[in-house]
Amino acid sequence: MSWYLTLPLAIPFLTAIVAYLLRANPVGAWVSIIGSGLGLLASIALMVVVLDAGVVAGQMGNWPAPFGITLVADLLSAVMVLITAITGFAVAIYALGDITERQAQLGYHALFQLLIAGVTGAFMTGDLFNLYVWFEVMLIASFGLLILNGGKEQIDGGVKYVALNLISTILFLTGIGLLYGMTGTLNFADLALKVEGVENQGLLTVVAMMFMVAFGVKAAVFPLFFWLPAAYHTPSFSVSAVFAGLLTKVGVYALIRMFTLVFDHDIGFTHTVLLWVACFTMVIGVLGAAAQSDFRKILSFHIISQIGYMILGLALMTPLALVGAVFYLVHHIIVKANLFLIAGIAKRLTGGTEVYRIGGLYKSAPLLAILFLIPAFSLAGFPPLSGFWAKYIIVKATLDIEMWFVAFIALAVGLMTIYSMTKIWAEAFWKPHPDGIKPELKNLEHKWAQLIPVAGLAALTIFIGLNPEPFVQFAERTTAQLLDPTAYITTVLGAVR
Amino acid sequence: MEQLLSILIGILVASAVYLMLARNLLRFLFGLILLSNAANLTIFVAGRLTPGAPPLVPDGLDAPIGVVANALPQALVLTAIVIGFGLFAFALILAFRAYQSLGTLNTDDMRVAEPKEPHS
Repeated sequence: MSWYLTLPLAIPFLTAIVAYLLRANPVGAWVSIIGSGLGLLASIALMVVVLDAGVVAGQMGNWPAPFGITLVADLLSAVMVLITAITGFAVAIYALGDITERQAQLGYHALFQLLIAGVTGAFMTGDLFNLYVWFEVMLIASFGLLILNGGKEQIDGGVKYVALNLISTILFLTGIGLLYGMTGTLNFADLALKVEGVENQGLLTVVAMMFMVAFGVKAAVFPLFFWLPAAYHTPSFSVSAVFAGLLTKVGVYALIRMFTLVFDHDIGFTHTVLLWVACFTMVIGVLGAAAQSDFRKILSFHIISQIGYMILGLALMTPLALVGAVFYLVHHIIVKANLFLIAGIAKRLTGGTEVYRIGGLYKSAPLLAILFLIPAFSLAGFPPLSGFWAKYIIVKATLDIEMWFVAFIALAVGLMTIYSMTKIWAEAFWKPHPDGIKPELKNLEHKWAQLIPVAGLAALTIFIGLNPEPFVQFAERTTAQLLDPTAYITTVLGAVR
Repeated sequence: MEQLLSILIGILVASAVYLMLARNLLRFLFGLILLSNAANLTIFVAGRLTPGAPPLVPDGLDAPIGVVANALPQALVLTAIVIGFGLFAFALILAFRAYQSLGTLNTDDMRVAEPKEPHS
């Protein structure tokens, strides 16, 4: 077993244990930060190895694939693990200024690290049932985080979140059972080979649709997204930032993995469904955002609308579209987590998240205003920020295959995104505070713990935006692996260790 | 045997859906438990049923002789049962807490996080 495959998983687990033991001690938060930092180093190491080797795989317990549990990292897995670690590190620092002593005592830091472990595991597993287990690790940690120290709002949001996610989990499990019944294997690489030999290809499509619905709930696509705006605005800001950045993206990742590697037998049907889903998700999400007036609810609906772009990239299934989807995935995690972190600072400065009742941030906290503008413009797709390139590639991909209407939707949704972003800007930042409060950054407790992660993520957005070439090349390599999974399959099935 | 179990799974799913359409959160959770059991049975049946042939390896051999029951789905189901048990224990406690703090189990009345009139 290679250390670079196990470390990104083992570090958050060990950190969770230590953080749990030290939960009553103020050191707990620092344990979480150090653990996340080490996790970041481990995932950078993984990235370096994968960049060199293409695909790396290892068998747990030395059982050869497809019998044992496979950990596998191709470029997509590696970049997702890396971006998870970056987000985790930023949020762990931010937690210093956000998480109350009471929440820390209830085990916030341990749950947070478990969530990171669950997400990382889901990105790295090469086995369908193992993916289910990682989903559960992630889910139970997220349940805990959501209702930690819960008031009425958290419990209320938590009920809907738990209920709908459990249904998706059960559907996923049923799909696993049926797929196993048809192919006799659960290893991704082995499945990719064996699905071609299935006699009843129609039944395979049925199972594919079950997976699409199950992962669709996780990814919050239309019409399965209702748990997201019900829950994401209720917990602590650190929690909603890491949820917003990572959880739905695990669903998108699972969709990309399954519908490029395993379920590519009937693209005409499955990917057409995905295309419709993508268009509706974009439009409904952005319309929902336009109707909201709470800082975090607007952002929550934006998550949904942006998920649509990623699904669109998958649905088109051309090389360029997949490049766009991968690029979008990475860009979105950084930007979205950052916006939720900024919402937290805005709340602490102005006393609320309802944008009509707060204001004055631009005049008295111009630094925060600039830090907000960077991810907000990036989300809307302004050049030269990361979101511009992401949107540009996706729209270019639709134009290349002459899907004018889809391109129109993608562009129109971008415009609508700006509309609801200007609402936040005009109300929370531009107009004076209705109660005459001057929200100044110097009054903020643990000011730097909150500003540094926000500034770091914003810098990353600018860096990707100004320097997109290596990232696009990376996404192209990733796409080449997705569309031609030979390397993936031979590495997994041939990796005898 | 497979057909019988498939019919049973169908009945379980139908009852589960019926229960889950109720407004009462507790009924919804009971439906969810039934549905998860249906999923477990699905995995079990999908591995094909081979009665009376435990997959035991005789002394001195590397593999069992002849046709034996498939042990993998049973391992999967066991894992799924354990995970499901944990999740439902959590969900039941959550429902209890919801009843305590919101004073209702009717999901139509659970509008604290999403009030109908955001400005009021």
